[in-house]
Amino acid sequence: MRGLLLTLLIACQIMISAQAKLDIVITEGIDSARPIAVVPFVWETASPATVPLEDVIANDLMRSGKFNPLKLSDMPQLPSSLQQINFDTWAEAGVEMIVIGKVREIQSQRYAVTYQLVDVVRGQAAKMAALQNPQAPSIRDAAVIEERQSTIDLRQFRQYGHRISDVIYEALTGERGAFLTRIAYVIVRDRKTVEFPYQLVVADYDGANETVLLRSKEPLMSPTWSPDGRKLVYVSFENRKPQIIIQNIYDMTRTKLPSYPGINSSPRFSPDGTKLAMVLSKDGNAELYVMDLTSQQLRRLTNHRAIDTEPSWTPDGENLIFTSERGGKPQIYRVNLQSRKVSRLTFDGEMNLGATVTPNGEEMVIVNRTRGRYHIARQQIKTGALQVLTKTDLDESPSISPNGSMIIYSTLHNGRQVLSLVSLDGRFKAVLPAVDGEVKAPSWSPFLL
Amino acid sequence: MQTNKLLRSLLVAVPALTLIACGSTSNVDDQVEANKNDTVVTDTSSGVQLSPAAEIVNPQEQIRKQIKEVSGSAAASSSSVESTSEYFDDLAIYFDFDRASVRSEDFDVLDAHAAFLVSNPSWSVVVEGHCDERGTPEYNIALGERRAKSVQTYLQNSGVQASQITVVSYGEEKPVDTSHSREAYSVNRRAVLVYQQ
Repeated sequence: MRGLLLTLLIACQIMISAQAKLDIVITEGIDSARPIAVVPFVWETASPATVPLEDVIANDLMRSGKFNPLKLSDMPQLPSSLQQINFDTWAEAGVEMIVIGKVREIQSQRYAVTYQLVDVVRGQAAKMAALQNPQAPSIRDAAVIEERQSTIDLRQFRQYGHRISDVIYEALTGERGAFLTRIAYVIVRDRKTVEFPYQLVVADYDGANETVLLRSKEPLMSPTWSPDGRKLVYVSFENRKPQIIIQNIYDMTRTKLPSYPGINSSPRFSPDGTKLAMVLSKDGNAELYVMDLTSQQLRRLTNHRAIDTEPSWTPDGENLIFTSERGGKPQIYRVNLQSRKVSRLTFDGEMNLGATVTPNGEEMVIVNRTRGRYHIARQQIKTGALQVLTKTDLDESPSISPNGSMIIYSTLHNGRQVLSLVSLDGRFKAVLPAVDGEVKAPSWSPFLL
Repeated sequence: MQTNKLLRSLLVAVPALTLIACGSTSNVDDQVEANKNDTVVTDTSSGVQLSPAAEIVNPQEQIRKQIKEVSGSAAASSSSVESTSEYFDDLAIYFDFDRASVRSEDFDVLDAHAAFLVSNPSWSVVVEGHCDERGTPEYNIALGERRAKSVQTYLQNSGVQASQITVVSYGEEKPVDTSHSREAYSVNRRAVLVYQQ
């Protein structure tokens, strides 16, 4: 009896921790996506399937906004090898691509995973050709786009699923997949009841494996990643004043940078990881500085009585774009690190803030305020063409996936701050409702493999 | 009419503050003395004398009480704050959206703070700048600092020593009202004066 109670208690605990993670609810954009079928992987093992690889892959592809994976119930057949595929029935079901795979246990807790990405139309054509001409290329040569095998541990399954998604995504879009990435964010729980309400969290990009790295009584702000994906830099008020801290997410070591009088804000690693852009007000008001991380020497970049803040590096590391209210209201400007020459980049809308440059350096993602509403927008840096991407409320803190395809940001949803996703083309939208607390300040990691 | 009311409360409050201020260096002793003299009760029937112990007064509470008298009337004159009095912070002043200038209705409150600090040089104050959640968190850190600094400048212009004032901006990270409403925004845009000795 006691044993049962204990089991129940543990079960409840597991359910709670599983529930605490962020789910992704897609709100817009599946219709235009390409149909693909990820057939359940066949487990040639004594024990039943433990991690449904096909679910990890199908969810990844769906959340990219570019694919519409077929539901299991809509699949005309469940082939596990190329020979078993009936291309005609898949074509009739409107499916362009099929993923099939096998899992074989080679020793205890070690598995060999094989998979193939197969083109339905080419498979159909190759089959027809083979009937007429025995010398025609084999179906395998004609229709198999990707074919790979790997040996993995049990605990690597989710990670390997994301890896498969990366391979499929790149094969079909020509763009690198960003499924093997993480996000960092801040959760603020109820400050009246929770002793350490401010929490720094990392999770897989899909919300799985959520881990609280730090809990604090005082605010935590602006986490962003080092280019190697091993460290976070953020602002902590733990000493009742703002301080910039670099924390290794694996060994938990924390490096506190010198704390200057006034604001210590908006830290961002340079693309090569050797420098840190930041905002300090030690010389009067908020100005941009760059710190050399080895010597900890500071170089001041702006000098204006208006607010200058939110630096973001261009990918070449030669410029910072930033928010300044030197024109009256906050707008985006660019400063060259060598010449310190400043030029204004945004003119549309009452305010533009919080800019981040896309990985290709051609565009920036910004928070645009028009008629009192804050939305995420993108702007071509050269032409200045602006496109508002979101319709949600009080959108802020946009962060771009390392392949430049998706933006994660913070928004107000049902009276709570939550994270949301929007694709760079604005067609795909999803919300990540959290079970507890206000979720803010998301930052997408670089590629992790 | 309203100005008159404010003026009157100021006339009461400022001398009261100054009184506390004057006595504050030897505050506790004085009060014990006062208690002894005023409230000795002689019970003639049993031939004993009763006298109460001195109430321990938290000086922070004293300034809070005094400021509340002034800021209470200031708040009443500002309709946006009045409606959400349950969140009203009695050592705070409030700001317009995306603005950092002190509103004229808060001059009285800050004058009272300044008077206290001038006559109590051993006290210092941390001015916390806060914002509502509109605008980005990092921009709001800069805006919050600007709000705290306009209070700092006001106090210094009123004769408070620079060494008595420090500022810190929390931006939008510590709202008093988390309901994400217009009313919440209006009470979250504030500067809070936190006294230290």
